[in-house]
Amino acid sequence: MFDDFLTRATLAGLGVALATGPLGAFVVWRRMAYFGDATSHAAILGVALALALSLPIGLGTMLVALAMALTVSTLAARGWAVDTTLGVLAHSALAFGLVAISFLPGVRVDLSGLLFGDILAVSKHDLAFVWGGAGVILALLMWRWQALLTSTLSEDLAHASGLNPNRERLVLTIALAIVVAVALKIVGALLISAMLIIPAAAARSLSRSPESMALFAILIGGLSVLAGLQTSLHFDTPAGPSIIAVAALAFTLSVLIAPFKSR
Amino acid sequence: MTLLAAQNLSVRLGGTDILSGITLALEPGEIVTIVGPNGSGKSTLLRALLGLISPAKGTVTRAKSLSIGYVPQRLHIDRPMPMTARRFLSLPKRCTDAQAMDALTRCGVADAGPRQLADLSGGQLQRVLLARALLNQPDLLILDEPTQGLDQPGEAAFYTLIAEVRRDTGAAVLLVSHDLHVVMAASDRVICLNGHICCEGAPDVVREAPEYRALFGAGTQGALALYRHDHDHSHGPDTPHEHGPNCDHDHTPASAKKAAHV
Repeated sequence: MFDDFLTRATLAGLGVALATGPLGAFVVWRRMAYFGDATSHAAILGVALALALSLPIGLGTMLVALAMALTVSTLAARGWAVDTTLGVLAHSALAFGLVAISFLPGVRVDLSGLLFGDILAVSKHDLAFVWGGAGVILALLMWRWQALLTSTLSEDLAHASGLNPNRERLVLTIALAIVVAVALKIVGALLISAMLIIPAAAARSLSRSPESMALFAILIGGLSVLAGLQTSLHFDTPAGPSIIAVAALAFTLSVLIAPFKSR
Repeated sequence: MTLLAAQNLSVRLGGTDILSGITLALEPGEIVTIVGPNGSGKSTLLRALLGLISPAKGTVTRAKSLSIGYVPQRLHIDRPMPMTARRFLSLPKRCTDAQAMDALTRCGVADAGPRQLADLSGGQLQRVLLARALLNQPDLLILDEPTQGLDQPGEAAFYTLIAEVRRDTGAAVLLVSHDLHVVMAASDRVICLNGHICCEGAPDVVREAPEYRALFGAGTQGALALYRHDHDHSHGPDTPHEHGPNCDHDHTPASAKKAAHV
């Protein structure tokens, strides 16, 4: 069944949605939207470095994304203006990455695939990577779930309960780096944080607990993948952007029906 | 048996001495209120006692297996996270529905369970925070300005609740009050802090004081008390200064210099 490109694409997209749903909820709760941008833009630089050093692309993007995420959280902890810092880092990572790729001799890189994903060209190997990564992220989040929620709500409360908020932040940082590496091929560097934020934001108005918000985010992300791929097939539109466009419609719908839901 | 004690505690934050030479001890079942002007290091002292920040000098000792219930200064509830009061009580340690209901009922917010934290009023939220702090049967409750943002009746009701909790559970209470003069009447001791311990003593119950009645009426049911004390000394290194009658802290020039008024 994995021989059909559409099946592989669908399964890969669902794998990404499974990871970005709950992780995206934390991105929304902690107001880390721009943080996700910086991390995913750094992936381009990771691709360039991986190609130059002949490393696996997944490994290169994961390492550079992790380095970027750690840099940002360190600077933020030292009191740098997060807004400005992230703006500088996100766009410089993107610019340096694109420049670095152009320097690579004899390597033909599909730039549009890097920026917007190439979900229809997912191989069996890619599929294993996506589901492996999603599995690691889900396991990490489920293992730390209670501690992550507590320190997201209040670092002081977490600390007083004997938890270490810095460690929980590191868990999220690592999960974010993994999701960037996993989702790069699927939705591309520019749309990874959209896949994190939009399904979670759409889930917000439907949910009354953190758990239901994470589940709704997975559901909305998964439906967006299915509908986006069908749209792409029927109207010959680019797959990654089609998925995000459907998710955006789902968000609009959730905002419109929210007032009619009893709280 | 002392629950929690600080020995000659000093805290530096960002190169500034916030606290110096703090020595205090909390005994089981007593209610201690810390008052002090803004920037006097009240919250810093609580954080140091809780172990959230490490002292530059001195030690904090806790009784073995001391269970502390902590109510933070304010919980900024962000709209983005949906969270019912019931779910909140299970963070980070899960509790049963019966335990949750029991804690909420004791704190007078029995019907708050299914409601979103963001929809609760300030007073209700403080009660839910207190309910959460009560869940693991604390020997000591630490509350950082728990009545900030509450009006006088709300403050009085909250203090009455804390006094009831102490009576029912025997837990000691350490709380910071944002008001220099009006404190919880049930306080056994009031500590006035300003970088160092300026003075400490029992509050005068003001229920019957005519000037207080004139101000607030009888509506606080005796939950509030006046803490009469004078800030009659300054701490500049070159300023000779007077001291109140109960003032027994260290007045060597070095410590006086560090404890400059902010």
